[in-house]
Amino acid sequence: MRLRRFIDIALDSILKNKMRSMLTMLGIIIGVGAVMMMVAVGQGAKSQIRQSINGLGTNLIVVTPGASREGGVSRGAGTFNRLTVQDAEAIKRESLLLSGVSPVILAPTQAVGGQGNWRTMVRGVSTDYATIRDWNVSEGRLFDAEDLRGMRKVAVIGATVAKDLFPNQDPVGQNLRLRDVPFKIIGVLQSKGQTGMGNDQDDVILAPYTTVQTRLAGHQFIGQIVASSADPADIPAAEQEIRGIMRERHKLAPYEPDDFTVRDQTDIMQAAEGTTDVMTLLLAAIASISLLVGGIGIMNIMLVSVTERTREIGVRMAIGARGSDVLSQFLIESIVLSVIGGAFGVAVGFGGAEVIARLTGWSTAIAPAMVGLAMGFSATVGIFFGYYPARKAAQLNPIEALRYE
Amino acid sequence: MSEPDLVIDAKELTKVYGTGGSEVHALRGIDLEVRRGEMMAIMGASGSGKSTLMNILGCLDQPTDGVYVLNGARVDGLDRDQLADIRNREIGFVFQGFNLLARTTALDNVELPLLYDRSGRKLDSKALARDALERVGLGDRMDHQPSELSGGQQQRVAIARALVTNPTLILADEPTGNLDTHTSVEVLALFQELNAQGVTVLLVTHEPDIAAYAPRIMELRDGLVVRDHATVARQDAVLDPGGGEPVEPVESLKATS
Repeated sequence: MRLRRFIDIALDSILKNKMRSMLTMLGIIIGVGAVMMMVAVGQGAKSQIRQSINGLGTNLIVVTPGASREGGVSRGAGTFNRLTVQDAEAIKRESLLLSGVSPVILAPTQAVGGQGNWRTMVRGVSTDYATIRDWNVSEGRLFDAEDLRGMRKVAVIGATVAKDLFPNQDPVGQNLRLRDVPFKIIGVLQSKGQTGMGNDQDDVILAPYTTVQTRLAGHQFIGQIVASSADPADIPAAEQEIRGIMRERHKLAPYEPDDFTVRDQTDIMQAAEGTTDVMTLLLAAIASISLLVGGIGIMNIMLVSVTERTREIGVRMAIGARGSDVLSQFLIESIVLSVIGGAFGVAVGFGGAEVIARLTGWSTAIAPAMVGLAMGFSATVGIFFGYYPARKAAQLNPIEALRYE
Repeated sequence: MSEPDLVIDAKELTKVYGTGGSEVHALRGIDLEVRRGEMMAIMGASGSGKSTLMNILGCLDQPTDGVYVLNGARVDGLDRDQLADIRNREIGFVFQGFNLLARTTALDNVELPLLYDRSGRKLDSKALARDALERVGLGDRMDHQPSELSGGQQQRVAIARALVTNPTLILADEPTGNLDTHTSVEVLALFQELNAQGVTVLLVTHEPDIAAYAPRIMELRDGLVVRDHATVARQDAVLDPGGGEPVEPVESLKATS
C-alpha cells in the first residue's frame, strides 16, 4: 500500500516534468542501450565463431606438435616438431574409435595457371580429410586412395582460388603449376565462407599428402593431424586413444610429458570464445561509462527536485512522515526514473543491435537474461545516485522546510 | 503524572537558539495547561516566541529545557522518528499558506496523513478522508485540485487533513493570514463548530480580532506569558459551507485583515 503510493507519487512527479524527466532518462537510455548493443555484438561474434568452428567439421580432434601447457612446466613445448606422416598413419591404423584420420601438411605456394598467379595455401591431406571437415566438391571429384598411393599430381581447389584463377570457365581438367610442378585440377570445393576471425576458408588447394610431401614440402614433419570420432560421445576416449598411440610411437617414458597436444572442438571453441568474451567485456566496460554519466544526471535532477519540493517535504514531515518515508519517496522516484530509462535503453539496445546486424551481416543476439540484467543494473544506478539526494531530503528540518520559499 | 483531561501539560518550557555570546532566548519558561475540548488562542507579536512555542507544542521542535506532556505522555527528549509518529497521531496542523500538495485532489490531500500511519491498525483511509471533507462542508469538492478551489476552500481542505487522523489537538498557525475577512470569519466559524463537537483547537495568531474568537487567550511577549485569561468568545461567525448569503464582516476585522 505504502510502496504503491510512493510509486504513484514518483510517477506523478515524473509526468509533471516530462521534458526534464526525458532528458534525465536520456543518459540512462544511452548508457543501457550502448551496453546492450556491445554485448549483443559480442554475443553475435561468439555465435559466429561457434558456427565457423562447428564448420571445421564434426567431432573434430586436432593433434598438433608441442606439449600441452596444462599441468606444470612443459619441456620443449613447440620448439621441436616431431609430428610425422607416419604418426598419422599409425593412428589411422591402430585406432578403433576414429572414423577418419588425416595428416595436414601446410605448404604456402604460388599457384600459376588459368588467368595468372595466386598465392595460396596448399594442404596435403588424405582422403579422410573431406569427411572430417564435412567438405565436399561442387564440381569434379575428390582425390581417392589410388591418387594418394600413386602420389598423383592432382589438386582440388577452393572456391576463391577457382574464382580468381579461372573466372568464367570450368577449372576442372585444367592444369595448375605449384612450385613449377604441374598439377591437374580434378575438383572444386564447396564454398565455406569466412571464419569467425575473418579468414577466407575457400582460399585453399587440397592435394594428396603423399604428393605434397615429396613435391612441395620436402620433409616428413607435418603441422597437424586432424581426426574425427564416429560418435561425439567418444571424443574424450578417442583423445586418450590418440595420446596412447602417440606416446608409444614417440617412446615417451611415463614421467615425460606429451610432446604433442590433442585438442577437440570444445577446447578450440573455449579458446576462441575466451577471446570474444574479453572483447565483449571491454566494449561493455567502455559503454558503461555512459551509464555512469547518466547516473550523475539523475543525481543532479534529484537534487534539484529535492530543493524545489522542500516545502512539500516540510508538510509531509509535519503531518507525520518519518525521515525514512521521505527517503523512500525520493529513492523510489530516482529508481523509477532510471528503470524507465533502462526499459527504453533495452529497446534502443534491441534496435541498435538489429541495425548493426543489418549493416555488418553479423548475427547479433540479446539473451533474455541480458534484459533482466540491464533492468537490474539501471535500478542499481537509481539507488546509487538517488541515495544522496534522498538522504538530503530525509534529513531536512521540518520547521525550516515549512518556512522555505 | 498529569490529570487525564489535560491535553497539554507543559512546565518551564525554555528554548535557546545559538550558543555562547549569540544566544537568543526565544522562550524563557512557559507553563501551559490545555484541557481536552478547549479552544484557545496564543497571541503575540512577531518575536514574542509564539512560533517557537507552536513548534514545540506541535512536536516539530524540542524545548531546550522543561517538561512537555502531551495527551498523558512525555514528548520532550524523543527522537525524530518518535516525534514524527506523535505528529501523525496526536496533532493536526493547519498552516497560514494552506500547504496542500499541488496537482493532487482534495481527497488525496486529506488522505495523506493516514498513509504515514504506523499504528498498524486497519484504516479505510479513503472513507475517513471523505468523512473529514464532509465535516468541513466540502463533500462536493473531493476531486478538485487546490488550483480549482478558492482560498477558503483550500484552507478547509487543510482543516479536513488535520481532522482526518482524529488528533488530540488541532494546531492552527495563523490560519486566516492568507484569507480575506469574509473567508476568515467562515474558517473561524468552522473551528468553533469543530470545537463544539469536542475538538481541542489551538489558534496561534498575532491578530487580537482573530484571537477574540477563542474563549481563552494567552498573550506572549519576549518569551514569557504576560496574560492568560478567559473571555467571552465572539459568536458572530456563521458557518456557511453552502456559500449562500455572505456573512457581514465585523468592522474591527475589516481594519486588521
